[in-house]
Amino acid sequence: MPKDSGIGAATRRREDARFLLGSGRYSDDISLLNQTYAVFARSEVANGIIETVDTSEAERMPGVVTVFTGEDFVDVGGNPAGWLINSRNGEPMKEPKRPVLAHGKVRHVGDAYAAVIAETEQQARDAAEKINADIKELPAVIDMASALSGSNFVHDEIGTNQCYDWGWIEDNREATDNAIKNAHHVTTLELVNNRLVPNAMEPRCSIADYNSANDDYTLYTTSQNPHLTRLLISAFVLGIPENKLTVVSPDVGGGFGSKIYHYGEEALVLAAAKRIKRPVRWTATRSESFMTDAHGRDHVTKIELALDKDNNFLAFRTETMANVGAYLSNFSTVTPTILHGTLMAGNYAVPNVYVNVKTVFTNTAPVDAYRGAGRPEATYSLERVIDKAATELGLNPTNLRRQNFIKSDQFPYVTAAGLNYDVGDYDAVMDRLEHHADLKGFAKRRKKSEAKGKLRGLGINSYIEACGIAPSNLIGTLGARVGLYDAATVRVNATGNISVMVGAHSHGQGHETAFPQIVADLLGVDPNNVEIVHGDTSKIPFGMGTYGSRSLAVCGSAIVRGVEKIISKGKKIAAHMMETTDDKVDFDEGVFSVRGTNKTVSFGDVALKAYIPHDFPIEDIEPGLEETAFYDPQNFTYPAGAYACEVEVDPDTGQVTIESFTAADDFGNIINPMIVEGQVHGGLAQGIGQALLEGCVYDGDGQLISASYMDYTMPRAADLPSFIVDHTVRTPSTDNPLGVKGCGEAGAIGSPPTVVNAVVDALRSADHDVTHIDMPLTPERVWAAMNN
Amino acid sequence: MSNVTMTVNGKTVSGSVEGRTLLVEFIRNDLHLTGTHVGCDTSQCGACAIHVDGKLVKACTMFALEANGAEVSTIEGQANGDGSLNVIQQAFKDHHGLQCGFCTPGMVMAASALLKTNPKPSELEIREHLEGNICRCTGYHNIVKAVLAASGQDVSSIAAE
Repeated sequence: MPKDSGIGAATRRREDARFLLGSGRYSDDISLLNQTYAVFARSEVANGIIETVDTSEAERMPGVVTVFTGEDFVDVGGNPAGWLINSRNGEPMKEPKRPVLAHGKVRHVGDAYAAVIAETEQQARDAAEKINADIKELPAVIDMASALSGSNFVHDEIGTNQCYDWGWIEDNREATDNAIKNAHHVTTLELVNNRLVPNAMEPRCSIADYNSANDDYTLYTTSQNPHLTRLLISAFVLGIPENKLTVVSPDVGGGFGSKIYHYGEEALVLAAAKRIKRPVRWTATRSESFMTDAHGRDHVTKIELALDKDNNFLAFRTETMANVGAYLSNFSTVTPTILHGTLMAGNYAVPNVYVNVKTVFTNTAPVDAYRGAGRPEATYSLERVIDKAATELGLNPTNLRRQNFIKSDQFPYVTAAGLNYDVGDYDAVMDRLEHHADLKGFAKRRKKSEAKGKLRGLGINSYIEACGIAPSNLIGTLGARVGLYDAATVRVNATGNISVMVGAHSHGQGHETAFPQIVADLLGVDPNNVEIVHGDTSKIPFGMGTYGSRSLAVCGSAIVRGVEKIISKGKKIAAHMMETTDDKVDFDEGVFSVRGTNKTVSFGDVALKAYIPHDFPIEDIEPGLEETAFYDPQNFTYPAGAYACEVEVDPDTGQVTIESFTAADDFGNIINPMIVEGQVHGGLAQGIGQALLEGCVYDGDGQLISASYMDYTMPRAADLPSFIVDHTVRTPSTDNPLGVKGCGEAGAIGSPPTVVNAVVDALRSADHDVTHIDMPLTPERVWAAMNN
Repeated sequence: MSNVTMTVNGKTVSGSVEGRTLLVEFIRNDLHLTGTHVGCDTSQCGACAIHVDGKLVKACTMFALEANGAEVSTIEGQANGDGSLNVIQQAFKDHHGLQCGFCTPGMVMAASALLKTNPKPSELEIREHLEGNICRCTGYHNIVKAVLAASGQDVSSIAAE
């Protein structure tokens, strides 16, 4: 295919027109006849015993149709954790029940204990204020260390606030301890990976419709994975048979992880729709999003790096407390463990790694995977301690990293943290970074900044991450309760155009544009004749949705397999049409031909014949041209990169400004470079936001202090520079047919330590004895670091 | 309930609203113009940005009654007469200035207001003008590039590669 439309082309996105014209269809844009509105009564305290919930006054309010409390859901299932993690001693993790509505106890600010259904949203809101709940406030469990040592439990029935005490890899513990004990030099760093709120711009929204004649349901909801949501509701929470529940996730306004999970509001509107036999809708306010969307990060870590006398890395050892909040969100247990510990060798040929993670219940919102999910935490710990080691040893931080890189001729490489990196070329990526970021010119730029009275710092980082978590048979042994394949159905219509139904879900990633580029390339058709269908369980095969930078590597590969099956069947039909056998038929650029002859039939003719099989040998070839493929990868993919950041720090105020940010990434093969660059930009913004601006804060009583955009600092246009991004180093993944990796999270993984390294470098340039500042690097924190 | 009448995208519309009904609620729920979005409850995010009497306004900061008699334009009224993307919308598409699309209508309305008063803004002016519009997907890089391109200026200074 010409490179202006197929694989590798920067094709402009077809989905853009509807978004730019205001004709997108997000969940809240859907309006159903006779619909009602749900509003939740939520806890104002972090921890409390629900003595009584009196709904009588609310029920008498104008427009109220019905009211629910936790009592209504005592007999239904709970929202489960998707991954079983065992402690080091073999004990399974603690799994307290997570009910649809709180019953007995409320466990975080925003925990819903009742819901009003009314004719209008305002009436529901007015009535919700008339619910008289007698909630006896208890002391809140907030600080993780106190939670582990104290006897005030978030869940009394489990008698501990520790979910598990996990070791990775437990058999490596002793060797790692010995390596550190006998090392020439050990650098130690204690750090906090600050708690974040994902903040997709579209608040969550769920609308349920129930048809009593058929006893079936439709749920419109803001989900990154409609099939997974349906499975959870059906198998665990409400018991609605899967075949009686359709989940539709139409246009979704960003997710970043927060819309992977099933939330109680989805179950509530379904139950309510059945009770009142009318549609029930709920849309979160932003305040509710802050209080109830799954948060991200929130680790406290001590990391040690051991080096020999020649500055070779000998070991990384970490001890981490990871906050899981008040309840186990669906992937909260795997995020700080498998997705974090397995990355703790970084890009380095280090012989020993040991990771210990204690995951802790607190009276805060649930914490789960947020853009990067475990890998940003690993990268931050590694890349900060490496910089500190370079400082302590008087070494150039870039050279120290290069010296310890896994070299390009060492792949495939099994790391001390247990992953098998298939390919990579970290030096080549660092070369590109040094070129684009003009590292040689830094000294001159620093002088210029100093002439203005500013401190200038340079931060370098290299990262690796793991995308497209797989294969199912391996993750099953690690505790996964789901498979992590994906699926695509390729339907060639009679008139030759193509509909592809996919398990992946696009909420900004541009699948409707990028996936057709693949199909068009493989089939030799115009990509405009290929349509992607996603986000509706009644239309798409059972796929696992979009998160963990998996869509292209996993679902894209399922599309490839589906197209291969189409070609294979097409050859049979073409062979019949050309009176030969399919082993003599070739397919290229949309044309079937008989090898060694000039006989050809077009793809379109084959499609038409498939649906009008008047002269088919029906016993040999079924009519139709439609194939489904499920694809389960053999391994993760391993994108890697090197980032550079230059900052200026105002020594009088501590204000940090980003002067430049350069990202060099290896994403393997690239389908649409424009989309890839956009993904990197967005990830960088979120990572820089974490480093400088964002922080979710609970006070000691468990009140959420940062519960609005006036208190939680979102990155805005003027906080960020234009980015320089490079993706010219491409070592194709060997584990999927496209040779692609993942690009969605890279920016958020690689950028936080880069920024912090830069600020510490700036401060040290003025002889401040600063080795670390915890994120976010607000002016106050930076000023305090400079002024002890 | 009170009656309210205004011109929206060139068409006279009226409705019956409560005193507390916000303009954005009237636009979305009564007029069914769902391109104007609600992303927060503190007038910070800018997803509901529209033009009222030619001025950039967050539609959550006004009651519907306050717009009685006003000329309102929303994202649905921005396309060229033949329905095609206008210059700003086209620049957003050409430069990948949107991903999930949720903040996009507000961004387009904000950009259009800027270019009316400052037809050749600098990169810094664009960034500062967008202070009231939050995007979580793009990192703003391509939004800034799109606005610069829509103003007919060279975008090579913020080319990504």
